[in-house]
Amino acid sequence: MLFCVLCLKIISGGLGVEHCLKIQLVRKDSEENRMQVIKSKLNVRSDEYRSNREEMLNELDFIATLHSEAAQGGGKEAMERLRSRNKLPLRQRIALVLDRDSPFFEVSPLAAYNSHVKTGSGFIVGIGVIADTECVILGHDPSVRAGAFNAWNSKKLMRGIEIARTNRLPYVQFVESAGADLRGRSGSDGGSRRAASGESESPEKRIKTPAATSHFAESGRLFYEITELSQMRIPSVSVVFGASAAGGAYQPGMSDYNIFIKKQSKVFLGSPPLVKMATGEDANAEDLGGAEMHTQVSGLGDYLAEDEHDGIRMCREVIAHLNWRKWGPGPSLPSDPPVYDAEELLGIVNRDLTKPFDMREVIARIVDGSRFEEFKPRYGSTLVTGWASIDGYPIGIIGNNGPLMSEAAEKATQFIQLCNQIDTPLLFLHNITGYIVGTDFERGGITKNGSKMINAVANSTVPHFSVIPAASYGAGNYGMSGRAYGTRFTFIWPTAKIAVMGPKQQAGVMTIVGRQSAERRGEVFDEEADKKRVAAVESTLEEASLALLATSAISDDGLIDPRDTRSHLSISLSAVHNNKVEGAKGFGVWRM
Amino acid sequence: MVNHIKRLLIVNRGEIARRIMRSAHNMGISTVAVYADGDIAEPFVKEADQAVSLEGSSSLDTYLNHDKVLAAAKRTAADAIHPGYGFLSENKTFAAAVIEAGMIWVGPSPNAISQMGDKLSSKKLMTEAGVPTLPSIEVVRGSNAAKLAMEIGYPLLVKASAGGGGKGMRVVLNETELLDAVESARREADASFGDDTIFLERWLASSRHVEIQVFGDNHGRVVHCFERECSIQRRHQKIIEEAPSPAVTAELRQRMGNAAVAAAKAIDYTSAGTVEFLLDGEDFWFLEMNTRLQVEHPVTEEITGLDLVREQLRIAQGEKLSFDQSDISIDGHAIEARVYGEDPGRDFLPTSGRLLLFERSNVANARYDTGVETGSTIGIDFDPMLAKVIVHAPTREEAALRLARVLETTRIKGLTTNRDFLVSVLRTQAFLDGDTTTDFIERFDPPRNWSPSRIDLIEACIAAAMVAQGDRRAKAKVLTNLPSGWRNSEMPPEVVEYLFEGEKVFLQYQSQRDGSFDVVVDDFELSVVIKHRVGKEISLEIQGRLVPFTVVTESDRWFIHGPMGHLEFSEAPRFPDPDSSDLGGGLSAPMPGTVVATYVSKGDSVTEGQILMILEGMKMEHRIEAPYSGSIEEIYVCEGDQVSNDEMLVVISKLTESGN
Repeated sequence: MLFCVLCLKIISGGLGVEHCLKIQLVRKDSEENRMQVIKSKLNVRSDEYRSNREEMLNELDFIATLHSEAAQGGGKEAMERLRSRNKLPLRQRIALVLDRDSPFFEVSPLAAYNSHVKTGSGFIVGIGVIADTECVILGHDPSVRAGAFNAWNSKKLMRGIEIARTNRLPYVQFVESAGADLRGRSGSDGGSRRAASGESESPEKRIKTPAATSHFAESGRLFYEITELSQMRIPSVSVVFGASAAGGAYQPGMSDYNIFIKKQSKVFLGSPPLVKMATGEDANAEDLGGAEMHTQVSGLGDYLAEDEHDGIRMCREVIAHLNWRKWGPGPSLPSDPPVYDAEELLGIVNRDLTKPFDMREVIARIVDGSRFEEFKPRYGSTLVTGWASIDGYPIGIIGNNGPLMSEAAEKATQFIQLCNQIDTPLLFLHNITGYIVGTDFERGGITKNGSKMINAVANSTVPHFSVIPAASYGAGNYGMSGRAYGTRFTFIWPTAKIAVMGPKQQAGVMTIVGRQSAERRGEVFDEEADKKRVAAVESTLEEASLALLATSAISDDGLIDPRDTRSHLSISLSAVHNNKVEGAKGFGVWRM
Repeated sequence: MVNHIKRLLIVNRGEIARRIMRSAHNMGISTVAVYADGDIAEPFVKEADQAVSLEGSSSLDTYLNHDKVLAAAKRTAADAIHPGYGFLSENKTFAAAVIEAGMIWVGPSPNAISQMGDKLSSKKLMTEAGVPTLPSIEVVRGSNAAKLAMEIGYPLLVKASAGGGGKGMRVVLNETELLDAVESARREADASFGDDTIFLERWLASSRHVEIQVFGDNHGRVVHCFERECSIQRRHQKIIEEAPSPAVTAELRQRMGNAAVAAAKAIDYTSAGTVEFLLDGEDFWFLEMNTRLQVEHPVTEEITGLDLVREQLRIAQGEKLSFDQSDISIDGHAIEARVYGEDPGRDFLPTSGRLLLFERSNVANARYDTGVETGSTIGIDFDPMLAKVIVHAPTREEAALRLARVLETTRIKGLTTNRDFLVSVLRTQAFLDGDTTTDFIERFDPPRNWSPSRIDLIEACIAAAMVAQGDRRAKAKVLTNLPSGWRNSEMPPEVVEYLFEGEKVFLQYQSQRDGSFDVVVDDFELSVVIKHRVGKEISLEIQGRLVPFTVVTESDRWFIHGPMGHLEFSEAPRFPDPDSSDLGGGLSAPMPGTVVATYVSKGDSVTEGQILMILEGMKMEHRIEAPYSGSIEEIYVCEGDQVSNDEMLVVISKLTESGN
């Protein structure tokens, strides 16, 4: 039966035709209200486009090998051992808990790349759909050092909880952990919420152990934050797949719901060897902390599952009964794909970041229908601002098309306030070498105006997203809502470079400072030595600024294939709408 | 004098009710349907000009209930009643009551019905008229059946005198089977016809069933419309009928036609009737005369171009037959196949359930006489025939092969049918050669079910998986616009397992950036693209080959129709129930029906093969026997209970070595 959407009458005979015409009229009206479609100027036949694309594809091929490495977990042998004990690999456990055919967004899948820890870090964190509910899912990979904590996976775990907390997503953890990795240095700690980054070597010689900026005394924040979720009425569910001893025992301990698996889950503060050491008791693991004991005697377990499949099924049931309701508004605009092919994103950015590109070309390939209503296009044109939508969610976009000038900073400040006024999330597209420097610009108040922009970014309360296709240097990174600015999700492209400034500039600065210092001391400046140093510094800095190292350090949520930008943003937007989406009612004092 | 019918009430259901309405409407006659509770949504009720509820579910309460039917006729001011076939079509009392009530009875006179209704007396009558008959003898209650049987000789047939449609009929090969057969035939006859008279008749194991369609009008004209051959039978019921018979020569046709006309004239027969014969070589014997329209009448219509229902109605109105013997001739060849809800793999036991899909084939011309449509329910109260599919072609071979293809491409989903079996019969060389006898199925044993190749099965499973993922994406409440199974890291593929008659298909698939799916199954890695999907229709490009499927699903069952044929399988649960323990030793109902007798009680010891209870469905008895020796642990049903298919009946604990 057909209904006329206008008058809700059943369409029959001639009536239908009449109303059909009306519907078309309405559509035409709404088309007139729609934003303009970006007109792309990208030349996909140019040599530059072709070489950019080729380089990008090569890079993506390499990244794919890293994903395969991460998917191996602790390696083939460790996986075989698991299978021989009738246990599922972590990735299969996660695949099973998800709604079939639903998307899964893994957070920082290449964490710990190029470190002493396996690529991926041994934990998986992601956003997945369970019983039509978006959840943060965390899993310990038992094939990687028995699921033990290390500095990388601790940071990743804390990031997972942060995603659950800031976006109000139910938190599911698949626990199976030996606890702190006693062989390594790190405890079960990702540090405090705004952890300082970087560890420096101490010159102190009296103690052999090198000092670090993290210490056991600071550890345990994880348990605080799990129960904090509960206090915020964000449910937490633990499925315990194996042993979870000592600190690990508090992971289920602090959860709202615990599912234990017969003959597999073992949860205790002290493992049998520790009990023996502490009290001399010869304890049997099953009596000490087995699933049947905990679900029947201690009450630590709520549900007793027959096997892993059963436990995963129960987890789905628990999420289903939450009857989860999202607080944010649903998508309100058409969600048609961009007019331009996402494939073309591969050829826009040159690895040599001194080659400029128009950020509108990126926008045209990620927003609905490539529609973009540009705000103040003629003013402060090194910055592009405007409105669009992604999968129907309205969004304000701020993108760099050159260094930040005073006008651009002011335009951004106004635009951020406008988006807060109408509760519209903000997307920052980075290609920023920094705020402009120079006497004229300082006189023009670039520091003052740049500060205004940072004030607006810092105090804005609508969700922020950052995508870094290219450079993100210095204060430009802050102004563009870098990782430290409470940005809900940050994604980087393989071409991204993130640092305090460009390697060339930094090395050059060091040469100038060195030469000045030599002159002050009346010494001859060793040009040869300086050349060598500049080359070394440049290459070190260049490496350190590379996207792979950034993503290894979990300073973003993932190094992504540019073609997947829209999908990542779509998932992120949907995730943030689990919470309220509200603009700021006040900002810091504007420096005038 | 011609007495035009204005409003015709049809005391029947399903395809025949629709068939009669079609002719009536063409003649400008208004129609009234009557219906049992379960039939309210069936097409014949909707197509009638008006319909009256008979308020009841069993045949006895509805289509067989004289008072209710007559009251319905009175309420709707019907001036004629057509009984169709079965039900009240050969009931002389009812026919008389209709005439008594001042209405036109579309059928022969009550007297003719009465004379032919009793098989024993009709045979006597025919012998007198010079028509050859088979030797037979009545088994009076209390008489020595074994002694009577000696006179006929084995093998013989136990038959109900009031019978029809194979009910109350048993083949007996030797004396040990005789008493059981007599008793159960008596019981079935009593239940079906309210008359438990039975007789023994010589049984010709390998003969043909050939019948002659006759018509008589009230102006003294009696003609025959040639023969139909209905030798392909299972459980003594016809499933494939054709006209003309491949075994009947023009000369034989003449002789049989004359015998049939003589039989009709002997009882002053009016309306349509059928004289049934057994034919062996050039010899034929009178079997019985059916004083009604036959199920298989369409094949006669196809080769003669006549509308038999129209002729019936004209005769009933007092008109002359519209043709004479010399006006009609045979044009080409017609074959009809009856599609039943039954399981050929389980001795053709009736099946029941909801038709999830019923769509006629569009590959070639065919006539569908059907009473059901998508969504119809095939219950246990009435005959489970879904459709008659009739093909008319210039030659017999062409008709058979076209009908096979038409059946094969008819979309039927939701319940087990004999469709694949019909197809294999039609394609059997012996059938194509015309070597058709009543024991055809025993002699040639055509495959009961079509079994697909592994590749066919895999492709059907892929279709199911692709439809399922599409449906799940469409039903998702969050992240609805993202590609199916989108991933940004290496994750295991989606997995699904299908079960087909003990065969397993384990299928893995993962969506690709270009929208295609990589499917891994057995040793194959296939690229699959969904080219087109509207509702249950899906076109897949599998490794560059475009394949269309019709896919219907209900709970965990999948019904797939593709170029390879029709396939049904189930999907293994994603999370197997860890508690499902096998209820060992349980016997479940092989078909829906009523428990008519239980012979054991809880705690009894039983031996292998012992009859535990008798189930009756579709007026057909089925014995539940102990599969092994043991003791009765639990009985879930008692006499009179209605049971559905696969319902647990009894649990036997097996006798162990140690003696339990």
